[in-house]
Amino acid sequence: MKQLAALQQQGRRSNSFRSNSSPLDATVDGAIKSPATIFWLFLHGVCCLISLVLGFRFSRLVFFLLFSASPSPSTTTIYSALRTTLPVISSPQERNVSADGGGSRVVVGRHGILIRPWPHPDPAEVMKAHRIIERVQAEQRSQYGVKNPRTVIAITPTYVRTFQTLHLTGVMHSLMNMRYDLVWIVVEAGGTTNETASLIAKSGLKTIHIGVDGKMPLLWEDRHKFESRMRLHALRIVREKKLDGIVMFADDSNMHSLELFDEIQNVKWIGAVSVGILAHSGGSEEGDVLMRESDADEKDEKKSQIPVQGPACNASGNLAGWHTFDTRPFVERSAIYIGDRAVVLPRKLEWAGFVLNSRLVWEDVEGKPVWVKDLVEIGKDGEDIESPLSLLKDTSVVEPLGSCGRKVLLWWLRVEARADSKFPASWIIDPPLDITVPAKRTPWPDAPPELPAYVEKVTTIPENTEKRPAKSGSKRKRSSRSKRKHNAKVLDIRASTKHAGDN
Amino acid sequence: MEFSMWGCLLLALFTASIGVEGIDRRGARTERISGSAGDVLDDNPVGKLKVYVYELPSKYNKKILHKDPRCLTHMFAAEIFMHQFLLTSAVRTLNPNEADWFYTPVYSTCDLAPNGLPLPFKSPRMMRSAIQLISARWPYWNRTEGADHFFLVPHDFGACFHYQEEKAIKRGILPLLQRSTLVQTFGQQNHVCLNDGSITIPPYAPPEKIMSHLIPPDTPRSIFVYFRGLFYDVNNDPEGGYYARGARASMWENFKNNPLFDISTDHPTTYYEDMQRAVFCLCPLGWAPWSPRLVEAVIFGCIPVIIADDIVLPFADAIPWEEIGVFVAEKDVPYLDTILTSIPVDVILRKQRLLANPSMKQAMLFPQPAQSGDAFHQILNGLARKLPHDKRIYLKPGEKVLNWTAGPVGDHKPW
Repeated sequence: MKQLAALQQQGRRSNSFRSNSSPLDATVDGAIKSPATIFWLFLHGVCCLISLVLGFRFSRLVFFLLFSASPSPSTTTIYSALRTTLPVISSPQERNVSADGGGSRVVVGRHGILIRPWPHPDPAEVMKAHRIIERVQAEQRSQYGVKNPRTVIAITPTYVRTFQTLHLTGVMHSLMNMRYDLVWIVVEAGGTTNETASLIAKSGLKTIHIGVDGKMPLLWEDRHKFESRMRLHALRIVREKKLDGIVMFADDSNMHSLELFDEIQNVKWIGAVSVGILAHSGGSEEGDVLMRESDADEKDEKKSQIPVQGPACNASGNLAGWHTFDTRPFVERSAIYIGDRAVVLPRKLEWAGFVLNSRLVWEDVEGKPVWVKDLVEIGKDGEDIESPLSLLKDTSVVEPLGSCGRKVLLWWLRVEARADSKFPASWIIDPPLDITVPAKRTPWPDAPPELPAYVEKVTTIPENTEKRPAKSGSKRKRSSRSKRKHNAKVLDIRASTKHAGDN
Repeated sequence: MEFSMWGCLLLALFTASIGVEGIDRRGARTERISGSAGDVLDDNPVGKLKVYVYELPSKYNKKILHKDPRCLTHMFAAEIFMHQFLLTSAVRTLNPNEADWFYTPVYSTCDLAPNGLPLPFKSPRMMRSAIQLISARWPYWNRTEGADHFFLVPHDFGACFHYQEEKAIKRGILPLLQRSTLVQTFGQQNHVCLNDGSITIPPYAPPEKIMSHLIPPDTPRSIFVYFRGLFYDVNNDPEGGYYARGARASMWENFKNNPLFDISTDHPTTYYEDMQRAVFCLCPLGWAPWSPRLVEAVIFGCIPVIIADDIVLPFADAIPWEEIGVFVAEKDVPYLDTILTSIPVDVILRKQRLLANPSMKQAMLFPQPAQSGDAFHQILNGLARKLPHDKRIYLKPGEKVLNWTAGPVGDHKPW
């Protein structure tokens, strides 16, 4: 319809011609060329020429200025006056074809484009709009989201080491962003320390900080077992305090998506989610080797290379078995001790992939299903509890979550520094660095090798930052190249200190 | 026993007269739509009226459709689907003597230009020819001169048969249709092209296409105001001011810098999904006041902001549009942000609850095959509400009211 009007443009243009010419329409039609007609025609022609030059309808402006009743200043600005006409009511040159015999206030014809004097958002209104949106979303959540959300009880085994702040901050922020009530049980190896306590206090969450005697072992095998012990200890706390909610195991080095917490609200007794296993660690040569191996395995279809651990369902959506991460390609190169630059392998089924209703570990509560063993019977002989499945007499009752394990809601990754790596306590450098920064023009010599390893690391950092302002004129590429050189240098130095077998 | 019966009756009457909250199967809180006559959207027209469908030669319907099957998907497709629905409906009667209403299947909006837009130039002649046929072959037209006949005219300005408003007004409604009931999408108060007693219907929107773009209802609505479409029609109205009476241009000029307003001329593939993520959807007038945006907004639960002075919305006697949408006068468009942000939150939530009502969404759609409560049934409900016919429509034999020679000369040429 709109394009068709283009076909009819001829007729249209003649209409608009008439409409934007003088108010004395009738005289243009007439065959009688009175002097007034000729005068108006001439004026019209002049106006058209001027409009052609200026680029807008000059005649409109003239009529606006000459014949206007006072236009309301609040609705038109000078800018809009140039491209619009008067508001509808007082305009003489519009073709007042009214839409009916009488009584309608809607008029066909050209209307002004109303622009207010300050067409920009008002901050107070933007805030109001955001509050409206928030309220609408809260309503949506209450209608379509989880009804009766339960408290989440997160159990995190941790211990003080270089990477603790990195990992624990990640978990902490995930838990802080979560929308449900939370009890965070932090179990620390070697007893509670102020360092961990001050770290978790920053979260503002409700925490229970408990310690387990015994230092975290150096070997990964032993570390897995020790962590299981710590988790059982935490479960005993849940039992003692009769904490009600959903127990999930938030290992400090894992990454949780917020959808995980929404999904676990659906668990009835015990559920399993799919965990993404990111087992590869550092070194590009290793990556190549792995790629080649996986190609070889492609031919054998039975082995699946999906790095996921979790429930496997049959066609009707019921639990049919378990999907575990295939660790066979990595077995020769697996890491033995913490900080080993090799692949850290997960266990068959990680604790992190399971969620329990806290009532399963309570002492005596009605409605407790028959297929669950009592918590006190497990682990009392010090045997290794690999996963919460040991709590069950019958593993088929586990509920698969995350659309039957199809959604990976958390990721397992073990990155640790060597057990003996040093870091500033609570990452506060005290006393301050005792290397003074040299003046700009002084060329900084390469780091002398006789300085102890720890200080050497620190000295390369100011060198890096110093060089950049000195070469402020240089392009970005150059400084990044120099940065990479420095990083390589840092790594080399570290490697050299490791091989030196110091401290 | 009797007391409890009375109690139940009173309770039923009470709840029927006000909006009642209920929980539907999916757990969404919805509110029942109470129209002026009670819960009319759920009325079943079967048994309330009988419709006789004239059998016209296929040159009036099937042949035209064959020539251009695009007629089945454009926004004027309601005339075709209504015909197909009536042929198999329970309200159809094969005995014209017991019929309350007579339907003439003429596909007047199916003569398409190469770009898909319908050409209305032959429609008056086509209509006239069809009426001549039915008045010659059957006695029922002459009995009332068409007062118990209804026609579907879903074009821009209904039975005025022109896309330009000025020309449409000059033509006026086709004189031969003056006494009939017109079922049309165009509706504007005190307008020449809207007769009293016409039934306004929503434009056709393809139901499968819409339903295939639904997203999970817990996706949070994060867009405040959403609009996609033209602001200036540069081909036909380069300076602005004619198109949409300047309202769309005003929208653009005032709110292009406003982060709350997601408005542009873009044609995204996620148009339907985006509407479901918006709180308000703008439905301004274009060359004609109605648009499929209203239908889309209702289906996707986005509160329609209707910017069209004096518009008559579909099924206005059954749907309380004032409570569902927001009406903004064209002169108030520069202050749209103030207007929308000053609506109290509970009013907004109530509107969303009304929109979530499935009967509301059904009433806007023309599904194939027809389902209860859909637009076809609402049209029949509207026709049923006009029954019984006033005795005065029946003319004495030989009495003529319509002027068969009225209208432009070009209309009298045979089709």
